[in-house]
Formats: sequence, structure tokens, C-alpha cells
Amino acid sequence: MLRDVVSWVAVGGILMAAAGLVLSRDWRWSLAFLALQYLAAFWLVGLHWPIGLASAKLVTGWMAAAILGMTRLGLAFKSPAAELFWPQRRWFHLFLVAAVATLAAAATPRLETILPGLGTAVVGGSTLLMTMGLLHLGLTADVLRVTLGLLTVLSGFEVVYSAVEGSILVAAMLAIVNLGLALTGSYLMLAEPEGTEA
Amino acid sequence: MSAPLLWILVPLLAAAVLVVGRTERPVATWGALLAAALGLAGFVVPIDTPLVLGPLSLKVADSVQVLGRSFVLRSADGPLLGLIYGSAALWFYGAGAGPGARRVVPLGLAIVALLVASLAVDPFLFAAPLIAIASLLAVPLCTPPGTKPGPGVLRFLTYQTLGLPFILFAGWMLAGVEASPSDIAMTTQAGVMLGLGFAFLLAVFPLYSWIPMLAEDAPSFVAGFIFWLLPVFSIVFALGFMDRYAWLRSAPQLSQGVAAAGALMIATGGLFTAFERHLGRLMAFSAVAATGLAVVAMSLGSAQSPQLVFLLLMPRGIELALWSLSLATIAARVRSLRFEDVTGMARGLPVATLGLVIASLSMLGLPLLAGFPARLALLQALTRLPTGFEGLLLIGLLGVAIGTLRGIAALVAGREVAPPQTAESGQERVLIALGVVALIVAGAFPQVWQPILSALPRMFEHLAA
Repeated sequence: MLRDVVSWVAVGGILMAAAGLVLSRDWRWSLAFLALQYLAAFWLVGLHWPIGLASAKLVTGWMAAAILGMTRLGLAFKSPAAELFWPQRRWFHLFLVAAVATLAAAATPRLETILPGLGTAVVGGSTLLMTMGLLHLGLTADVLRVTLGLLTVLSGFEVVYSAVEGSILVAAMLAIVNLGLALTGSYLMLAEPEGTEA
Repeated sequence: MSAPLLWILVPLLAAAVLVVGRTERPVATWGALLAAALGLAGFVVPIDTPLVLGPLSLKVADSVQVLGRSFVLRSADGPLLGLIYGSAALWFYGAGAGPGARRVVPLGLAIVALLVASLAVDPFLFAAPLIAIASLLAVPLCTPPGTKPGPGVLRFLTYQTLGLPFILFAGWMLAGVEASPSDIAMTTQAGVMLGLGFAFLLAVFPLYSWIPMLAEDAPSFVAGFIFWLLPVFSIVFALGFMDRYAWLRSAPQLSQGVAAAGALMIATGGLFTAFERHLGRLMAFSAVAATGLAVVAMSLGSAQSPQLVFLLLMPRGIELALWSLSLATIAARVRSLRFEDVTGMARGLPVATLGLVIASLSMLGLPLLAGFPARLALLQALTRLPTGFEGLLLIGLLGVAIGTLRGIAALVAGREVAPPQTAESGQERVLIALGVVALIVAGAFPQVWQPILSALPRMFEHLAA
């Protein structure tokens, strides 16, 4: 019972973190939301995997957030996107987040029939992460935010895939993909000449 | 010694060593030499069979265990290893002709090694994360330090990453389909997942928008390298799926779907080529159309199918290497590769223009060039096994022809906009000339491919049967 309650709390955490990632303009908040997202995903992965293996996902995710944070911290320029962010745009994004969250909630029961035995919380949390990640990718062309969107989609996939595949090799390769994405994002941020961020 | 260590770990370690190299030319030379040696080993070293050299007996084992799973390279994989590393040697040596070899060669070697690992991993559907990691390594190649990452690079990163979940999930579903083949709903879902995954990996229409964008954003030589390598491994991976699952080979709807996807790639790639005004994007769209031809060949479903696919893929390495080296030579001396900036450039850069013309005509399938036998064989196969999309195919090939001729016209017609300040270097001339000769020889004597071509389909026991 308590396990179910915590699982739904994790899904709530995912909703908050994924929505926060789409809505926040400050990179510090974005990375904090990413870290929270990985914490919630860790709980859902832990429902099907041993805690040690699941915590590897959490550590990988937090390392990815740390890599992006350290890189962004070292960049001198300020993102012009923050200045261009009008209040009505925030409302528009909020509307999109609500629409996508509703869509994910509506799709979850149907997806659960395709993936029986995984649990509604796992399927719902995973769907929410993947759809929010795709929404994020559709809204931005900024390197950091594209990376965050991709990490969100991947973490959603990993939540559901961990329930059906327990191979350590796949877990290791997916961890490398996550870290690789963070490193690639960092490289692209650093490769960009200072002051030219879109 | 085991085969995966030789063809995966050794190049990965060499890449790590080469990345600290300080000068361009030695890095390119050593990288090319290593790749050539690995390519030669692919052809001559028997896997899992004792090799007796006088008093010495050497046996290269076929597998190695990593985290509870096997990486296996069988003797049937030898010719493909030889072809891939042999072609990679040409690319790495060519990289020495321009700037950036210190990045291109080590990263390229690591990408090739990871893609070879994707062939070796068992179960084979775990190849998807390895292809994704290789794609991640390609991103720094496309964005030299100090340059703003273009939208093409970000889209490439996004699409290659999005393909991974679909493929892995489809693999899991396919196991379910095998257990209960009568479950139509699950079969459809698995087919859709697999289709989406490969649509991202192979850049099927309309998901290939990153290819022309990358041709503008990335250095031409690097773009050519990516257009060569990634589709080759994605197609081999797709053939692996067809070989492994009998229902994929026998489902007529799937074969029709694959044929439609390939025909759309050829038709749209050709049409976009016809209206293009940028030499780099011309190469990109031609590469899309060429991948489409391989996808159509894959859909034929006959025992001839893998042979046709490899016949189409074999000259691709030389064609794209020559095309992108010629483009890089021109790009280094002009403001941009737009038609208005390269008008009449054939007078100042005749060898690079010749390389570009021959490579593009070969990819078009002009007789006596390397691309012709493969296109002729495919068209002949289509007359026996029509897919219903031949009209689209002809539209696409016509579009490629128009685009190619427009590109050539831009280079040779009119007066030079601004004559290049420097002519081609000696190394550029020699490499381009060698590429031209290779395409002509392979076109005039197509039987040179025969020994490799007859051996390659053995990788796929069921498809080639």
C-alpha cells in the first residue's frame, strides 16, 4: 500500500519536474528539476530492479545534471532567451504542459493493456516523461534545453524498459548514452563562441 | 586473442592514443595504416579456425564476454570487417589532406569500432545503444571548437537518440511475437515500433531533414563520412532483424512498407536535388536517394536481396569519400558552397571539380562508373519483382540527374566569381585522382567486387538461403 502511495508521489514529482523543465527559464532551476526528475524515476525503476542497479540510474542522471551545470556555470554569457520570455509565452507553455499531461493521462490505461503487469504508476510516469520530453524538444533550439529534452525522453523510456529488461549490459550502455548526451551537450555549449547563444 | 578484441578494443585504444597526437599528417597516416591493417586482417585472418604459420599456430576466438553478454564476430563477418576498415583507411588518409585530421581520425576510428561492436553484440538488438553512442561521438566531429552548432547538428543528435527507444522496445516486443505469432495486435505494434526506430536511424522520409542541414553546418569531409558510415551499419542492422525473425521476411505488408519508404526517399531526395543550389546539400540529397535504393533492394525479399544491398553499399564509401574530399577542397577556397559562390570554379580548381563530377555521376549510376552495375542490377531485379513504386524511383533518379547536371554546370559555366587564391595541394590532387581512377576501374571491371560480394551475404544465414 505504502509502496503504491510512494509510486504515485513519484509520478507527481515527475509531473512537477517535467513541467518545471519546460516552464523554467533559469538554467539553475532547470537542472534542479532534472535532478528531481531522476529521483522520481529512480523510485519507479526500483519497483522492478534491485535497488543497487536502480541507484546506478539515479547516480548517472545526477552526474549528467552535474556535467551540464558545471559547464553552464563556466560560461560567461547570459542567455538572451531569459530576457525575451514574455509572460504570455509562459501561459502558452503552461497550456501546452497541461494538454500534454492530459494526453499522457488519457493514454496510460490504453498503454497499460499493451504492457500488462508493469503497474499504472510505472506506465503513467514513463508516458509523462516521454511526452513532456518531446514537448520540450518541440519548443526549443537551445543546446542546453535540447539536451534536457533528450535526457527526459530517455529517462521516460528507461523507466518502462527497466520493467521488461534487466540486462546489466543494457543498463551500462544506457548509462553511457545518458552521460554521453550530457557531455555532448556540454561540448556544444563550449564549442559555441561566447555571446552567440540563440 | 579474440576477434572482438582485435576489431573493437584495439581501434578504441588506438583512438584514445591518437587523440593526443599533435600534428595532423602523422595522426592521419597512423590511423589509416591501422585501419588498413584491420581491414586486411578481416579478409585474411580466419576467425575461430587455427591459422598455421610455420611452427606457430594462432587461433582467433570468435567471442568475448562483457557484463554477462557476448560480443561475437564470426568468420562470415570477416569480409564486412575488411570492407569497413578498408574504406575507413581511405577516409582517414584523405583526412590528412585538410585541417582537422587530429579530430576526424581518432573520433572516426572510435565510431567505426563502436559500430563494429553493434554488429557483434549478442542479442543483436542491443546494437541500438551502441549506434546511439557512435552517433554521439559524431557530434563533436560535426562541430569544430569555436563554431556555433548549427540546427542540423542538433537535429541529427535528436533523431539518432530518438531512434534508440523505438528499436529497443521493438526488440522486446518481437520476442513476444515469436512466443505467440498469432497475436495480430502485438505483431502490428512491434512492426510499427520497429518501423519508427529504423525511420529515425536510416533517416527515412520525412525524417532526413538533418542530412542536408548537416551538409551545410558540418565540414564537408565529415558530413560525407557520416553519410557513408551510419546508413551502412543501420542497413546491416535492419538486415539482421530480417534474418533473425522469419515473420519479418514473410510479411508482404512489411515488405511493401519498406519498398514505399525507400521509393519515397529516392523520389523526394531526387526532387530536392533537382532544385538545390548548394553543392554540399546536393551531395546530401544524392546520399539520401542512394540510401533509398538500398532500402528498396532490402524490400525485395528474395535471396538476391542482401547481395543487391551490398552491391549498392560497396562503392558508396569511395563515391562519398571522393565527393566530400573534392567539396572540402573547394570549400576551403570559396566563401560558401552556394552556386553563386562557386561559379566557374572549375578553371581554378580543375582536379577537385573532376573529382566532384565523377563522384556525383557515379552515384547517379552513369555507365562505366562504380555505381552503375549496382543500379542496373537493382532495376533488373525490379523488372522481375515489381514493388509498384517504380514510377517514384524513376522520378527520383531523374531528379538526381538534373541536380547533378546543374551542379556541374555551376562549376564549369560562366566566369569565375573570384579566382581561388591557392590551387589544390599536391596531396589533394593525388588523392582525388586516385578516387577517380578507383571509381572508373570499379565501373569498368565490376568483377573486382565479386569475391567480396559473394562472401558478404553469408552473414545472414536465412536471408541468403
